[in-house]
Amino acid sequence: MAETENNKILEVKNLRTYFYTDDGVVKAVDGVSFDLKKGETLGIVGETGCGKSVTALSILRLIPEPMGKIVEGEIIFDGKDLLKLGQKELQNFRGNRISMIFQDPMTSLNPVYTVGNQVMESLVVHRKLSKEEARRGSLKLLEMVGIPEPKRRFASYPHEFSGGMRQRVMIAMAIANSPSVLIADEPTTALDVTIQAQILELMDELKSKTNSSIIIITHDLGVVAKYANRVMVMYAGKPIEFSNVDNIFYKPMHPYTIGLMKSITRLDEKNRKKLKPIEGLPPSLIDLPKGCIFRIRCKYAINQCKKEYPPLVEIEKDHRVSCYRAKEFMDGILERFGN
Amino acid sequence: MASIKELEVLEEIETGKKYSRTSLYKDAWKRLKKNKLAMLGLSIVILLILIAIFAPLISPYNPISRIKEDSSLGPGMNHLFGTDLLGRDIFSRVIYGSRISIEVGVIAVGISVIIGLFFGALSGYFGGISDAVIMRVADIFFAFPYILGAIAIMTILGPGIVNIFIAIGILGWASIARIFRSSILTIKNKEYIEAARAMGASNNRIIIKHIFPNSFAPIIVYATMNVGIAIIVEAALSFLGIGVQPPTPAWGKMLADSMAYIDTAPWMMFFPGLAILITVLGFVLLGDGLRDAFDPKLR
Amino acid sequence: MENNILLEVKNLKKYFNLRSGFLSQRFAGSVKAVDDISFFIRRGETFGLVGETGCGKTTVARVILRLVPQTGGEAIYNKVNIFKLTSREMLKIRREIQVIFQDPYASLSPRMTVGDIINEPFEIHKIGDKRKRIKKVKELLRVVGLNPEHIHRYPHEFSSGQRQRVGVARALALTPKLLLCDEPVSALDVSVQAQILNLLTDLQKEFNLTYLFIAHDLSVVKHVSDRIGVMYLGKLFEVANSEDLYKKPLHPYTMGLLSAIPIPDPELERKRRRIVLEGDVPSPINPPSGCSFHQRCPNAQDICSKEEPELKNYSKNENEHLAACFFAGKPI
Repeated sequence: MAETENNKILEVKNLRTYFYTDDGVVKAVDGVSFDLKKGETLGIVGETGCGKSVTALSILRLIPEPMGKIVEGEIIFDGKDLLKLGQKELQNFRGNRISMIFQDPMTSLNPVYTVGNQVMESLVVHRKLSKEEARRGSLKLLEMVGIPEPKRRFASYPHEFSGGMRQRVMIAMAIANSPSVLIADEPTTALDVTIQAQILELMDELKSKTNSSIIIITHDLGVVAKYANRVMVMYAGKPIEFSNVDNIFYKPMHPYTIGLMKSITRLDEKNRKKLKPIEGLPPSLIDLPKGCIFRIRCKYAINQCKKEYPPLVEIEKDHRVSCYRAKEFMDGILERFGN
Repeated sequence: MASIKELEVLEEIETGKKYSRTSLYKDAWKRLKKNKLAMLGLSIVILLILIAIFAPLISPYNPISRIKEDSSLGPGMNHLFGTDLLGRDIFSRVIYGSRISIEVGVIAVGISVIIGLFFGALSGYFGGISDAVIMRVADIFFAFPYILGAIAIMTILGPGIVNIFIAIGILGWASIARIFRSSILTIKNKEYIEAARAMGASNNRIIIKHIFPNSFAPIIVYATMNVGIAIIVEAALSFLGIGVQPPTPAWGKMLADSMAYIDTAPWMMFFPGLAILITVLGFVLLGDGLRDAFDPKLR
Repeated sequence: MENNILLEVKNLKKYFNLRSGFLSQRFAGSVKAVDDISFFIRRGETFGLVGETGCGKTTVARVILRLVPQTGGEAIYNKVNIFKLTSREMLKIRREIQVIFQDPYASLSPRMTVGDIINEPFEIHKIGDKRKRIKKVKELLRVVGLNPEHIHRYPHEFSSGQRQRVGVARALALTPKLLLCDEPVSALDVSVQAQILNLLTDLQKEFNLTYLFIAHDLSVVKHVSDRIGVMYLGKLFEVANSEDLYKKPLHPYTMGLLSAIPIPDPELERKRRRIVLEGDVPSPINPPSGCSFHQRCPNAQDICSKEEPELKNYSKNENEHLAACFFAGKPI
């Protein structure tokens, strides 16, 4: 037991991040708990507005204030609660021990500085290297992430790079201080398929080289299937299922996860196979329905679902589900992939 | 597919406010109401319009009739704002002066909006040479100081209220044209325009039905602010004596007439000046608030 | 050629000229967005056009709709060349060819109610009177799975999936025969995407529609299409029916593309061999000589940088499996 505890590099407990808008309080993240193990890739999946990106931003405390606020929770990293740190202490973690890659490589690089300068910056800030050392370091980083002719490209500006190359630069900056945790928020959504494959392979490769852990946030179940070890599925700000990747894909127990699986088009399936989408829409995060947030769209909903939100409980080992009927799925009383 | 409808209805019942039936203008109004300065501006503008309409009812005296024995009186019970050199009631003159200002503001800006929309559409939608020519002409108008331009035109046309409309109307078109052009350029490539074209919609239809309603918000904002500017220009022209001709009460003219007595009879200048200030402030505050209300991100 | 062909595109070219300058517009080179491509679509089938950003797939649709003028080639719809029609004749054809766009936010005018939006085609083509139109609009809303009572709502009151349904309703208003779907689901979430894909499949059956389905996501394209064309830098690299394309791709680019798409099945992914295509898509302003793919192609030989391969048939049956590669079928 002690060993598994040590194995945890990051632990998020009961995180709640709310946004205060003119229309009301948006509960973007509402009670998220998970842990990240050393060397693993954790996938956080869900659809637009499910709170997966806000979860990532909350870990680094990058929530835009005063509109957004982390109202509750703990983020334990290295024995410290990041939410309790002052801004200065936090800086030591951000971009250093925990770093982040964003979705849009077009806007996350500053257009007025050269690519080399920006990579150097991330080295200088945290390590106080001399200019020459930083230069050598960043050349090495650029080479590591597969930028061809790094010496020549060092002095280029971001607009001279393609989207894929920019994302490589972002990765170089993110791994500059060999972080223990790398958070990638939809890192390939803005990229073309063949480039997406390059970037994901690169991240996977770097992870095994540096023995860091990755949180990959995506809506693409294919990416999750390929790269994640464990998966947390989110819906309307809440985690609804959390297990290893095989359980999530082959033995899902939450009707939403099951619905997602039946909604995706697969390359290896015969064409025109009828999809079975989840009907309806996710609820407004301002006016969440009482009881289970998914029940309106759920065909398995029972009376109990209306009354209280089902807690995320461990149904089997390492498989947590927030559904009153999860056990029935496990025991085969309810059919998953039938109708 | 019926199930989706049911779901939706169910959802509305359960979640209440999910679908509010609001158009852009209702949304904007909601935001505007929350903006205190904008509401102040709006109140000033509405008050001003009411004053202009009901001037004969409000003003205690005829604004052009001279009461000899009352000349150069300070503010008091009989004459709230005092009287001028010729014994005319300043309060009544300020009240009536609002008519000129509002007229000039609305009509002159109306003219510039019409001209601006026409050339803006021409240059933004069709582009090419007409765009280049129109925009270069607009640049010339921009480069020319507003007041100087107005003076030049008034000198050519001669004084008189109709000519003020024309002068200010002509001078104001360039900014409207530019704004309209740039919003057309962003809207022109939107997919709903392509969709309309794919359906076979004519150019006129696209401009009137699609581009126009979608680019109207910035036009309203600028037109509102331009009203404020137009009022100042009118005042300046009247001040210089090439605007509204006596005895019609105009704030600018009142300022000019009282300038010499600033030491001995400051009220003669104070009240028309205050009227100009409040009026322009009202329009500018309203315009500013409208801009924020139409696009909360554009701050 | 076969009789049941609804649309045939022959040697279609669209070059965009880059111009610079103030009043005089100097010619500053051209982008070959679509460079000599030919394909056909049979009645009632779905032809998928797949490719990455900037490969010209969207331009194909826009040229067919005459939203931009073609540089060369023909688009023969029902035996008439669309490009040769007068604008009045084109107006008639427009009733039969409709389009669904990618972005459900940008494709509906925010100042019009959905009723007005769906009614617009009737207005443009002067069909029916007011009462009939309203009835028809409500019926269309029902057909696409929306509540007909929402006729007075504005687009921003709907979710993206619902808006896309409005877009579909608008496209169906004139009872078209051919629907050009330009990335109709790529802006949508998975579960909503599935709803729209199902809707499109149902409507195809119900109204006997023919689809040109353009998207970058090969798994989506494969899901809906009978036949697929793979585009790269303005050229067609491979055309085949969708099963063949997946099971025995001939062009190395197709192979790389297929391999790049992860299948949502962890077990399968662990076993699958991943081919990662190196490098970036070259700039369309200055494309490489010969085969435009040769710099990224693991199979490239000398000839590939010198000559451009033609799109040739590699199947027993005419036009069944075409590829533009000197070493078609060679594994990578």
